[in-house]
Amino acid sequence: TMPRSASACRRLTPALAITFSCSAILLLQIFGAGQNPASLGAVMAPVGSMANIGVRGAMCSLPASGRVGSARVHAVETSADTKTSTKLDSETAASLYEDMNLGRKFEDATAQWYQRGKVFGFVHLGNGQEAVSAGAIKQLRKDDYICSTYRDHVHALSKGCDPKKVMAELFAKKTGICNGQGGSMHMFSEEHNMLGGFAFIGEGIPVALGAAFQTRYKKEARIDEKADQVTLAFFGDGTSNVGQFAECLNMASLYKLPIIFIVENNLWAIGMNHYRATAPSLGDQIPHIYKKGPAFGMPGVNVDGMDVVAVREAVGEAIERARAGDGPTLIEAETYRYRGHSLADPDVLRSAEEKERFAKQDPIQKFQKYCLETGLLTKEQMDEIETKVDGIVQEAIEFADESPKPDKSQLLNNVFSDPKGFGIDENGKYRYENPDFVLKSAAAGL
Amino acid sequence: MLARQVLRAMPRRSSPGGSSVNRLFSTEMTVREALNSALEEEMKRDDNVFLMGEEVAQYDGAYKITKGLWAKFGGDRVIDTPITEMGFAGIAVGAAFQGLRPVCEFMTWNFSMQAIDQVVNSAGKTYYMSGGSIDVPVVFRGPNGPAAAVAAQHSQCFAAWYGSVPGLKVVCPYDSEDARGLMKAAIRDNNPVCILENELLYGVSFAVDDAVLDPDFTVPIGKAKVMREGTDMTVVTFSKMVGFAMEAAEELAKQGISLEVVNLRTIRPYDRDTIINSVMKTNRLVTLEEGWPQSGVGAEIISFVSETAFDYLDAAPERITGADIPMPYAQGLENMCIPQVPDIVRVVSRMCQGK
Repeated sequence: TMPRSASACRRLTPALAITFSCSAILLLQIFGAGQNPASLGAVMAPVGSMANIGVRGAMCSLPASGRVGSARVHAVETSADTKTSTKLDSETAASLYEDMNLGRKFEDATAQWYQRGKVFGFVHLGNGQEAVSAGAIKQLRKDDYICSTYRDHVHALSKGCDPKKVMAELFAKKTGICNGQGGSMHMFSEEHNMLGGFAFIGEGIPVALGAAFQTRYKKEARIDEKADQVTLAFFGDGTSNVGQFAECLNMASLYKLPIIFIVENNLWAIGMNHYRATAPSLGDQIPHIYKKGPAFGMPGVNVDGMDVVAVREAVGEAIERARAGDGPTLIEAETYRYRGHSLADPDVLRSAEEKERFAKQDPIQKFQKYCLETGLLTKEQMDEIETKVDGIVQEAIEFADESPKPDKSQLLNNVFSDPKGFGIDENGKYRYENPDFVLKSAAAGL
Repeated sequence: MLARQVLRAMPRRSSPGGSSVNRLFSTEMTVREALNSALEEEMKRDDNVFLMGEEVAQYDGAYKITKGLWAKFGGDRVIDTPITEMGFAGIAVGAAFQGLRPVCEFMTWNFSMQAIDQVVNSAGKTYYMSGGSIDVPVVFRGPNGPAAAVAAQHSQCFAAWYGSVPGLKVVCPYDSEDARGLMKAAIRDNNPVCILENELLYGVSFAVDDAVLDPDFTVPIGKAKVMREGTDMTVVTFSKMVGFAMEAAEELAKQGISLEVVNLRTIRPYDRDTIINSVMKTNRLVTLEEGWPQSGVGAEIISFVSETAFDYLDAAPERITGADIPMPYAQGLENMCIPQVPDIVRVVSRMCQGK
């Protein structure tokens, strides 16, 4: 089975050595940046070298023969030692803390109301993965894009979508963010540039790439020469084996698109463990998804996904690269989901020991400790934030519960951009205008 | 919820003919048990049969159809794949080229869209393209069509899409007898077969007689079954809608309308003789399906009957289908998208006016 002494290894990791070699690589990268993608490709460290012995945790590919190695680890230890390396101010810390709490409490509320029969179908919750969402998304502009999978509630909330509307969507009400037509797996927001919400893993990545493509196109075709929006594409460890992943990495590099691929590696794809599904790179004992970046011509970055500060920094650097026109980045954020794959998953294949170990890595508690130690937030401030979030979630539930269900007449809305696509009836009127047309169904009376 | 409605609507026996036929029913069996037992027996019978798909092994199957099989046959014959539909569908096809008999599961047939090139081009067309030298005894299976509140991307019916491809066989079991028989027939067939199951039927229990329990029991592919005989109208349908049609038949009988229910069982090649014979008897035809209306299964059946037996029709044939929209998430809207029993009763009553 897979090596499971992750936390032990983290402590044993020679932090200084890694920081040194990583800064060396960073320096080389800065000087090397702006070259054509081929020169940024990493040379894989030779078989058997120290770099390839790794368990989950910090790992670094050492560059060989002076060429730039762009697979690297970004690890920010959450201890007092790193006070100086943080670029957070109290306001930002408060916003991150609030966002992570919102994500957690919202998902817990969703689970509760699912059990009570107000939320239906396939529901996939993001408990445990809040640091990736908050760390990556909160620093975006409103006109930047994100694209997600079916595990999209927390991403939507981080991007600024109204929790009332997201909850109303889950409750299948007409005030939902998609008017009750999409559901849990299909959150879209034109206003907040949340591009979905997709059922099949992998199918959101090309869509995200399209958003990045249109940014570059607008710039190159001089429709908007200042266009510098970036796109974040979120997906999981299982998705890194889907063909669309490889296709998109290639094209992102080829066209030098402003996109950041963020892999939320939570080790499990329903019941398939990551190590059973993905082969390691040559010379490695275990798979490392971030190593696939350099193979496609972009930097691959590994980051502790339970550490919101580290995620924020790693993604921040990638955003700067992308906005400057230097192309894509692949970021693997190692995280864990505290609930099953979906609310229908009995979740029997993950061991209690594993779940306990990761429960100790709770990103919210980690950040709490970090804020207290660095003095960014006081206990009272954090309590206040939590109370505020409780209020927001409660308000969302009430709004969703009290909202009306979609009218029967909504059935035919939004198939075509022009609803007249349903044609003309005997009276010469557009069919969709005829109230009877929609009501000709038994369920209309049910 | 829709699932409970469906369960209440399911009839408990699957005998042809009416009450004049007495059969000895010894066992109740769910569709899930039927599929599981069929897979197990075929794997025992032939070492070349193996299973592959997402979560089929250690997870016991996303819908528990393959429960217990990994424990019995091991990881060499029940294989968990990464999330790589195009890839593993291709592996299944390639293995079949070389004489193995894979049963490749799509977690739902919606995901087959990521692999449709392999199903249609590599599996469906190879025997033809190779001039008859390479056959492809592969089985693709999984749940098809709407479930409950699973929204647009998880609710599509693929019967019409795959049914239009020459070189593929496409079957749609309804009850446990269909499930066991068609699964075994599909595995034993030397052609690529797509088995379109139904998630809401998995847990439904049907009485089966001893013949069905036989390890060599098969249901012929390409043969429909008359579930209930009638004289006034023929309804041609498949999968979950068979149960709705049977319930509608009970309702209609109270109105004095005798509905003949034809369970297609196979979409391609569909049983033309049974349909024509039925229409010749009743003179009225309606088709019933959950999928979209345009270019659906009903469209094909009605065209064929019009071409072949037009003189026997006393009324224009009609089709009852799902709504021509992507499936909405909200329950009230979703129910409006799927034919319900009152819809069937209303349409058949109207078509039989003047009879």
